Amino acid sequence: MPSTVSMTVNGKSVSKEVDDRTLLVQFLREDLHLTGTHVGCDTSQCGSCVVHVNGRSVKACTMLAAQADGASVTSIEGLAAEDGTLHPMQEAFREHHGLQCGFCTPGMIMSAVDLLQNNPSPSEHEVRDWLEGNICRCTGYHNIVKAVLSAADEMRGAAKAAE
Amino acid sequence: MAPDGIGTALRRKEDKRFITGNGHYTDDLNRQGQAHAYFLRSPLAHARIRSIKTADAEKADGVVAVFTGKDVQAAGLGGLICGWMVKSKDGSDMKAGAHPALAVDRVRYVGDHVAVVIAETLDQAKDAADLIDVDYEELAPIVATADADAPDAPRVHDEAPDNVCFDWEIGDKAATDGAFEKASHVTRMSLINNRLIPNAIEPRAAVGEFDPGTDSYTLYTTSQNPHVARLVLSAFVGIAPEHKLRVVAPDVGGGFGSKIFIYAEETICVWAAAKVKRPVKWTAERGESFLSDAHGRDHVTEAEMALDADGRILGLRVHTKANLGAYLSTFASAVPTYLYGTLLSGQYAIPAIHCEVRGLYTNTAPVDAYRGAGRPEATYVVERMCERAARDLKMDPAEFRRKNFIQPDAYPYQTPVIMTYDCGDYPRGLQKALENADYANFAKRRSESEARGKLRGVGFSSYIEACGIAPSAAVGSLGAGVGLWESAKIRFNPTGNVTVYTGAHSHGQGHETSFAQLISSYLGVDPANVEVSHGDTAQTPFGMGTYGSRSLAVGGSAIFKAAEKVIEKGKKIAAHLMEASEGDIEFKDGKFTVAGTDNSKTIQEIAFSAYVPHNYPADLEPGLEESAFYDPINFTFPAGTQICEVEIDPDTGVTEIVNFVAVDDFGVIINPMIVEGQVHGGIAQGVGQALLENCVYDTATGQLLTGSYMDYCMPRADNLPSFNIGMIETRNPSNPLGVKGCGEAGAIAAPAAVMNAVTDAIGMEIQMPASPERVWRAIQQNRQAVAAE
Ligand code: FES
Ligand code: FES
Repeated sequence: MPSTVSMTVNGKSVSKEVDDRTLLVQFLREDLHLTGTHVGCDTSQCGSCVVHVNGRSVKACTMLAAQADGASVTSIEGLAAEDGTLHPMQEAFREHHGLQCGFCTPGMIMSAVDLLQNNPSPSEHEVRDWLEGNICRCTGYHNIVKAVLSAADEMRGAAKAAE
Repeated sequence: MAPDGIGTALRRKEDKRFITGNGHYTDDLNRQGQAHAYFLRSPLAHARIRSIKTADAEKADGVVAVFTGKDVQAAGLGGLICGWMVKSKDGSDMKAGAHPALAVDRVRYVGDHVAVVIAETLDQAKDAADLIDVDYEELAPIVATADADAPDAPRVHDEAPDNVCFDWEIGDKAATDGAFEKASHVTRMSLINNRLIPNAIEPRAAVGEFDPGTDSYTLYTTSQNPHVARLVLSAFVGIAPEHKLRVVAPDVGGGFGSKIFIYAEETICVWAAAKVKRPVKWTAERGESFLSDAHGRDHVTEAEMALDADGRILGLRVHTKANLGAYLSTFASAVPTYLYGTLLSGQYAIPAIHCEVRGLYTNTAPVDAYRGAGRPEATYVVERMCERAARDLKMDPAEFRRKNFIQPDAYPYQTPVIMTYDCGDYPRGLQKALENADYANFAKRRSESEARGKLRGVGFSSYIEACGIAPSAAVGSLGAGVGLWESAKIRFNPTGNVTVYTGAHSHGQGHETSFAQLISSYLGVDPANVEVSHGDTAQTPFGMGTYGSRSLAVGGSAIFKAAEKVIEKGKKIAAHLMEASEGDIEFKDGKFTVAGTDNSKTIQEIAFSAYVPHNYPADLEPGLEESAFYDPINFTFPAGTQICEVEIDPDTGVTEIVNFVAVDDFGVIINPMIVEGQVHGGIAQGVGQALLENCVYDTATGQLLTGSYMDYCMPRADNLPSFNIGMIETRNPSNPLGVKGCGEAGAIAAPAAVMNAVTDAIGMEIQMPASPERVWRAIQQNRQAVAAE
């Protein structure tokens, strides 16, 4: 059964008719052509599809598009500022070589950004623990963890400066 | 040196698109009017197909077409081939069973392709596939590697009695027997190299297209080597002649070997596109990846090492059964033979080696190259045996290795198993690793652990690999059906920037950056003004793709050769422009100078002039674009020592890696940041194999028990430590760059290092993966044995 879902995606309001079984990740990729959110598994284990729904990280393959009706969704395409200035987490991934093939990267970055919203000064152990739901086959996590810790420093510094 | 040239940790040019979600992976592509393919797969490991009824499916909503193996056969399409001929020791050819893209009268593993449904939407294709009625006559399957050649085992292919595809040998049997006669001690081990599933996080995908106006096909696919895919699809499968078939591998989300091969799905998508006159798209679900991506490893080995009283290795004898799965995949026969047996000398001067390998068919997914391909298996045998032998002889394992190493003045060193090592310094690598691991204080750390009720162990792995896979003459003499050179084209554009076309293919290795650094170093062009083009047969000269750590050693050398030609041509132009003789022109740092003067032109000025040749003499050709094909004279031999230290909780069996040190010799390093990243990723996969990952089939039914991320234990961030990476450098004399290759080192070395550490900690041998349950059981068994004494 098709029904209409409406939500704000990356700051823009969208409204589309979708099949009831459409997942949020399909809605983003296929209906909105936002292909930065990836699908790496069919059991909600890999985290390639992580986006923010109302500010919290969510695996977009575990949620129906209809469940996000009325929500505000941010995908990787919406993380950089309007003028293209990268989010500190994006910068940190580049600076610390936290990606290789780049396929897990959008989900990793979105998860990591949510971590810092909850815990601005995580330990290495806490970063590893938090990223347990995101699989990366390329990097061995070493540089991802480094990137997240460095982004945390950066963002705390920026927050301080803004005070 | 140019500021961003060789040796600089330049940040990656490709990252911007990936961190902003602007990559273009195959599944991101959608073609106008495309239909979706869904493959019906065999639910049984082994069965005869009595009939397939597709009528209901054909009538279902949205269905465009349904094809079975018979349709494919009727269209005259060839099967999937293996590109490497291996002969048995009696001289007979390997027994290759046919591998149709869609099964015709028999299915041979769970996940084997039975039919394809093409529909308007994927959901419709799936719904319709449910309506296909296949009448199977179930047959008994054979799964276990060790039992596959038993005389009463079910037979997978009629062509291969006892399921033996080949019974191969390498080395000198008589000399090895002689070594064992002389030995004062023999160390023996039974080793299982567990079967793995590669699990690139991007699932395989394909979009096939047909243009009736030109009778030409395009295939977008997740491939590590698009030209080879085109060659096979053209010459063997018979889709279309090569000039009518374009293969594009856009951004590819990891390969690790699994995307080298030609699979049924991409074959069918591009073939069916012409049949249904629409683009046809298929993307694997993860469950399909588990079932039908080529798996890796799966060896059962008996090994013996002959030693003299002094701890010197006299000989090595190895018997291996290698599981090939149900069909021979593209390079399946090379992996457990020429990529395995030829590395059994390791870093050691072993006078005699003999190795026999039986390649066996089973009712499991095809097994082929996975990160390291044959070399991890060889290293596992050699390094587990060395550690065991040292312990048997009560020698320090570092001392044992030092004593047996090939010495730095012994190059070129001819091993008894074909390879000629060209350079290396194994004692130095070991020494640095010992220092970085603080090995001197290990005993102290062990007693501290014991005081806390924990078991601590340390393990070594002094690995070697043969990389930069090539040269053509060598691989040809070993049975390869292709040459293994590489190509490059350097095109200066009139405004002075550069496009480099390479036959190598990046799926995470950062070629766009490191290849641009080569251009910066050789031609003095800022990497920001260099674009690297790869992965499209319509753009690049014929290339052989990326695997076996060959991109830099072979592909980078081709770029070097092309750059030399650019400089040569540039000198001609410079001589003309500056009215000097060509012999007086020197090139350095992006400038052509008339020797002994300050008369000079930048390479950008030369490029512009080459495209605006208003006053050129008749014999000076316009344009500045040069290409080169490079075939190396030898493999490269990266080597190093990895040391793993673990702490095990005897009450839970959980192993924690408390330190992991790697010291590698990759020759000259182009981008140290990228190299370290490659090592990290390799170690993670190696640790995964040692502690977590295991592909398990039910031996009675042939069902895949580890068919999802809930059952197949992938290493996650909290399973791994940060790594301690160090380098030494011996310049490779066999290629102009001096490079060796780094992509596989971790996956090759780590399994032995981790298992040597685990077995050191618990004081007994176990097989991979050292899961908590296995470790806990071993500890319990040990305790009972001690109590009984
Ligand atoms: S695609 Fe959502 S968790 Fe894997
Ligand atoms: S960068 Fe390839 S999976 Fe993470």
